[in-house]
Amino acid sequence: MKQEFTITIYTENQIGLLNRIAIMFSRRKINIESLNTSPSEVEGIHRFTIVINEDEDAVRKIVKQIEKQVGVIKAYFNKPDEIVWQELALYKVATDVIAEKVVVERLLRQYGARAVVIRKDYTVFEATGQREETDRLIEVLGEYGLIEFVRSARVAIIKNSKGFHEKLKEFESLQPGEYTVDSI
Amino acid sequence: MSTISSTTAAATATATEIHTLSGSQAVLEAFLAEGVDTIFGYPGGAIMPIYDALYDYNDRLNHILVRHEQGGIHAAQGYARTSGKTGVVFATSGPGATNLVTGLADAMIDSTPLVCITGQVFAHLLGTDAFQETDVINITTPITKWNYQITDANEIPAVLAKAFYIAGSGRPGPVLIDIAKSAQLQKIEYKGYQKCDNIRSYRPKPVIRKEFIAEAAALINQAKKPFVIFGQGVILGRAEAEFKAFIEKGGLPAAWTIMGLSALPSDHYLNVGMLGMHGNYGPNVLTNECDVLIAIGMRFDDRVTGRLDKYAKQAKVIHLDIDPAEIDKNVQTTIPVWGDCKDSLPLLTALIEKKEHKEWLQKFRQFEQDEIDQCVYNELNPTCEEMTMGEVIKTLNELTGNDAIIVTDVGQHQMVACRYARFKQSKSNITSGGLGTMGFGLPAAIGAKFGAPERTVVTIIGDGGFQMTLQELGTIMQSKVNVKILILNNQFLGMVRQWQELFHDHRYSFVNIESPDFVQVAKGYGIAGRSIKQRTDLQTALKEMIDHDGAYLLEVFVGKENNVFPMVPQGCSVAEIRLK
Repeated sequence: MKQEFTITIYTENQIGLLNRIAIMFSRRKINIESLNTSPSEVEGIHRFTIVINEDEDAVRKIVKQIEKQVGVIKAYFNKPDEIVWQELALYKVATDVIAEKVVVERLLRQYGARAVVIRKDYTVFEATGQREETDRLIEVLGEYGLIEFVRSARVAIIKNSKGFHEKLKEFESLQPGEYTVDSI
Repeated sequence: MSTISSTTAAATATATEIHTLSGSQAVLEAFLAEGVDTIFGYPGGAIMPIYDALYDYNDRLNHILVRHEQGGIHAAQGYARTSGKTGVVFATSGPGATNLVTGLADAMIDSTPLVCITGQVFAHLLGTDAFQETDVINITTPITKWNYQITDANEIPAVLAKAFYIAGSGRPGPVLIDIAKSAQLQKIEYKGYQKCDNIRSYRPKPVIRKEFIAEAAALINQAKKPFVIFGQGVILGRAEAEFKAFIEKGGLPAAWTIMGLSALPSDHYLNVGMLGMHGNYGPNVLTNECDVLIAIGMRFDDRVTGRLDKYAKQAKVIHLDIDPAEIDKNVQTTIPVWGDCKDSLPLLTALIEKKEHKEWLQKFRQFEQDEIDQCVYNELNPTCEEMTMGEVIKTLNELTGNDAIIVTDVGQHQMVACRYARFKQSKSNITSGGLGTMGFGLPAAIGAKFGAPERTVVTIIGDGGFQMTLQELGTIMQSKVNVKILILNNQFLGMVRQWQELFHDHRYSFVNIESPDFVQVAKGYGIAGRSIKQRTDLQTALKEMIDHDGAYLLEVFVGKENNVFPMVPQGCSVAEIRLK
């Protein structure tokens, strides 16, 4: 059964690694729903957050293949209830509409949106939250002439992770090249 | 003078004594430090600085000029497979690099250690569609274990050290390093070469977990019908002796994939034959009867397993592999044994009980007898007028004392060669297993000979595959490579024809390939040869080929529409193997 998985990959910060990871999915005709790269809690180590819809067995296999790539240190996969996640969305609306309609202001407050830029002609709001929340604000603002909308990729924290510092220490305690395979 | 005596550069360079070298020289110094002795390559614009530097290293690095880059990389594969070392290839940018693609894919799927160096346009021209510029890094990403582009020559020593470490360690594979021409020309302060043995984000050595070894041993000890299936992992791990000790103590019948062929001598009493689509009757049928299946250094390819949902469902599966991603990939494992089988097998051997499993082994021999009666005997001792591929291989075995290196191409002759060639020592069967690359045979044989110069190298090729890379006859001529070329000519693209006969209602669609006079072609390259059609000539012609001082081409016309049997039809279970 296909379901949503969030894959977290700790890697070196190297040119070409994004492609090497992305083609693991395209080769298997798996669509990437969302992809984010960022620094991690450990200096010099990058963190990919990738969201896909697949069955668990396929995800487990692809995560092993990803982990095998040179440049990848460790990869995890989690179901939605195992992570805390957020996405950020930006909305551009005409400033005169906002100024005129009190209801818009109330709505924005209700959805926790805040103004990032206010100009004479337009205002940009930002909202952070889960998909349903940022989606709902599109619908609502649509009625008041939403000019532009963009949403970021997902960022996610794994609830039961002790952070990557521990994992790195574990690696460093092993002989060069050694690796203890987790029974996943 | 800017070029220092390069012999001593690596040896004497220390922190206090720094030499200036070009990027190109640094590449060749890396080769020397890694023990490279042979390079297969083809020059071109973007790799000219390296070739210029090579001019001064000619006494220490033997460069073989091939006729096509695909030939170069297949030769390096052949070299790697017979020598156990990493094969090295040079190619220029653009078409030179793209011509490596088939060989990279082949080496990737067959786990062959290679370091390929491609030239690239000047760094400042990257992305400008410069002459012979190709994005070789992105083209080769899915078919390399690792690849990297160098635009600063200061990176060369460390990157090459990484390349050799990655190519040869863990589950080996091809590495491609793309070096901008500007970096080849760039002068660097050379601080010497340090081999690499550790990369934070590359963990090729899974730790062997003792608890799983114990569980595996317990399963084997309880087993009534244990069955070992092994692949190239035994050869790549140099674990032939450990493997033999393991199966001998446990009395475990063992069957091989074509990549594992020659790891265990053909006449070993526990060697029960070949797995898979054209493998032996017993090993295929009894895969679905064994109670414990012990897979060692193999990856359950679909040509080995047949239909997966009917594969060994009754058995508990123990899988030994150095690549954790192979465990549970195709077949669900009961007990995973991660690690290098060179280390894990002795641990397992120590814990298993000495047993013989005589009755169970006897069962394999009964199936073998059935196979001989119904299929093998006629293939090896035909009464028909036309010669069979099998009898050619049988005669070759006799004349070489089962001790030649056999390099095959892809197709019917490959399956027949793997089925009937006999081997005494490991690293003797070189074939394109996973990718099934027609055209592999001839260039791979060239490399195989350089990798094992003291041994007889016979390449067995079909009339189709030979025409894919026959330009390498030029390499054989120029470098005086003593390889024996045995063309089994059935005047068809035989394997496809067989499938068309069996599964496409005899509709022979574009399989009737015509060939030139191969002996005349060879003669044009100064290579001796002969073509035979009569069985009465077979023995003497093969002997003439083997005894000839130098390369020799023998074309043997065989039955046009012979089929390879047994056969597990695609989509069928291994138990549904057909003997005719």
